[in-house]
Amino acid sequence: MKIAVLVKHVPDTYGERRLDTTTGLIDRLDDDQVADEINERALEVALSHRDADKSTEVIVISMGPTGAKDALRKCLSMGADSAIHILDDELQGSDAATTAEVLSAALAQQGVDLILAGNESTDGRGGIVPALIAEFLGVALLSSLGSVAVTSSEVSGSRETEFESLRVHTALPAVVSITESSADARFPNFKGIMTAKRKPLTVLTLSQLGIGVEGSVSKSILVSTLERAARGSGTKVIDDGTASAQLVDYLASERLI
Amino acid sequence: MSNVVVLIDTSISGVIRGSATELLVAASRLGTPIAVVVTAQPISAEKVRLLGQYGAATVYNAVSADVATRLTGPQPEALASAVAHFSPSAVIVSNTIDGRDIAGRLAARTAGGLLLDVVDLRIGGDAIVSTHAVFGGAYVAEWAIASRLAIITVRLASFEGAAPEHDPELVVMAVTADLTSHAAVIDAVEEIVSNSTRPELRGAKMVVSGGRGLGSAENFSLVEGLADVLGAAVGASRAAVDAGYVPQSHQVGQTGVTVSPDLYVALGISGAIQHRAGMQTAKTIVAINKDQDAPIFDIADFGIVGDVFSVVPQLVRAIEDRRS
Ligand SMILES: Cc1cc2nc3c(=O)[nH]c(=O)nc-3n(C[C@H](O)[C@H](O)[C@H](O)COP(=O)(O)OP(=O)(O)OC[C@H]3O[C@@H](n4cnc5c(N)ncnc54)[C@H](O)[C@@H]3O)c2cc1C
Ligand SMILES: Nc1ncnc2c1ncn2[C@@H]1O[C@H](COP(=O)(O)O)[C@@H](O)[C@H]1O
Repeated sequence: MKIAVLVKHVPDTYGERRLDTTTGLIDRLDDDQVADEINERALEVALSHRDADKSTEVIVISMGPTGAKDALRKCLSMGADSAIHILDDELQGSDAATTAEVLSAALAQQGVDLILAGNESTDGRGGIVPALIAEFLGVALLSSLGSVAVTSSEVSGSRETEFESLRVHTALPAVVSITESSADARFPNFKGIMTAKRKPLTVLTLSQLGIGVEGSVSKSILVSTLERAARGSGTKVIDDGTASAQLVDYLASERLI
Repeated sequence: MSNVVVLIDTSISGVIRGSATELLVAASRLGTPIAVVVTAQPISAEKVRLLGQYGAATVYNAVSADVATRLTGPQPEALASAVAHFSPSAVIVSNTIDGRDIAGRLAARTAGGLLLDVVDLRIGGDAIVSTHAVFGGAYVAEWAIASRLAIITVRLASFEGAAPEHDPELVVMAVTADLTSHAAVIDAVEEIVSNSTRPELRGAKMVVSGGRGLGSAENFSLVEGLADVLGAAVGASRAAVDAGYVPQSHQVGQTGVTVSPDLYVALGISGAIQHRAGMQTAKTIVAINKDQDAPIFDIADFGIVGDVFSVVPQLVRAIEDRRS
């Protein structure tokens, strides 16, 4: 079985993240970017399936600027077999639909059985690329799975939404997105790091994918951006037995109780 | 005024969810609301009337036997059909797990432009303009879509007020598309029923959250006790969720729920940047933590350096005393 894991290179959530207020796009100029944690968990699903079935091939795919290569290298060192980096200047500022269209073209070219993604990226939080891909490829979507079971012909799992808890399954090929409840990712070991350097990492441009972008890569246009003033701190008291009384006075003065 | 198609959230068993009112408020900002309801059986006249009171000018009832068995299968079909039928300027769905799946499929099918996780909407010239809270509200951005269908997911608990009432016309259609090749199968459903009388976390005016500092699921009752005396919703940090003190649905933060209450109380929460991303726009923040260097104090309006196990019970008593 061939599994593709979709990996996004995003600003590290532990750092200060910035929005370019003239373009409305996320500032990706600094080096402080990582493979999105949720995608490492998605890779874990693929790798644990391969642990059980050695014939499985795991390929990681990312669309993004030059730095996305680092995210892919990390995935190779964790155990993915090969990587595809879609890199093209024309793709700068792509919206979710263009991103999904381009990823779909790469996935179709690869002919994969199972596509694993995160439920939402930490930078965009759109949570929609997997559904777009499922529709572009005309396959089923199992989104937001907290646990996943993969067999040679089927994928199933548990899906917790805001309102319901479901058991779902579908035949392959399919797109699956997973949530934070899915297992933590493994760490790259020394052997993984050494072998990663020899694993294939293919860079593809739009023309190599056999597609072009007609018109704009984004269907929406920026109107305005505003940065909110940073929040300061107020009163801090060290509890000497009277702190709760002081807090009650404060809450009352703010009309909160 | 142009038509605006709204997908009404329903449970798998066909109950209309509370989000209907806010979705119709959002739609009424942009045009004449057409409510699309996808159900296994035709809906009752009473429900049609109710949707009219919420603001629907037309109710488009798509009937599909697959509602309970094919995961978000019939809804994109119903919306695509409503788009063909009413030529709307926009389609609005809720920014929920199901809503995003449906919006994604519809966008791929119609080449509509996406506006995601929208907290406000307006018409600006000939465009639809949406407001987004980026990075937990650290930035506010407005995006616009003109001269094409806008497909919008709205953040729940963002649109208040009421839309003008209508006496809606009912249009019924049957979803006949074969979904077997591309819609997954639902094997079992369990409705998540909250048996507490506490407010919903999303949109709550007051939230009390607990973190790893609570130490155990049993101790988490301290958080609930304070929440109840304040009439607040209960939230949690990811560490508290990971440790199994509370279900995932309570997580506040980067990858959890974003809240913007009048009062946010953080108990035994360090205030990691990812947690702050979900609550930093609260009007008033109170933190109780025994580590005086905890980053939560950097954004707290009132911080107590102390042990939650001694401060919180005193606090609960002091609030009760003041009230009586
Ligand atoms: C991609 C990504 C997404 C994330 N998303 C989220 C998210 O959505 N929400 C979220 O919360 N986190 C998120 N995190 C995790 C985040 O980085 C922190 O690990 C988490 O918020 C820590 O939770 P905590 O404050 O409860 O635990 P800790 O950081 O361990 O803090 C516990 C605090 O309790 C205090 N304490 C202990 N005992 C007591 C006592 N008796 N009385 C008073 N204080 C006490 C300690 O001093 C400490 O400050 C995310 C991380 C990543 C990488
Ligand atoms: N540029 C990208 N490259 C690879 N995968 C992506 C990209 N954008 C989104 N994805 C995948 O889609 C998931 C959801 O992303 P989003 O819809 O942007 O919130 C991510 O967790 C990734 O698995």
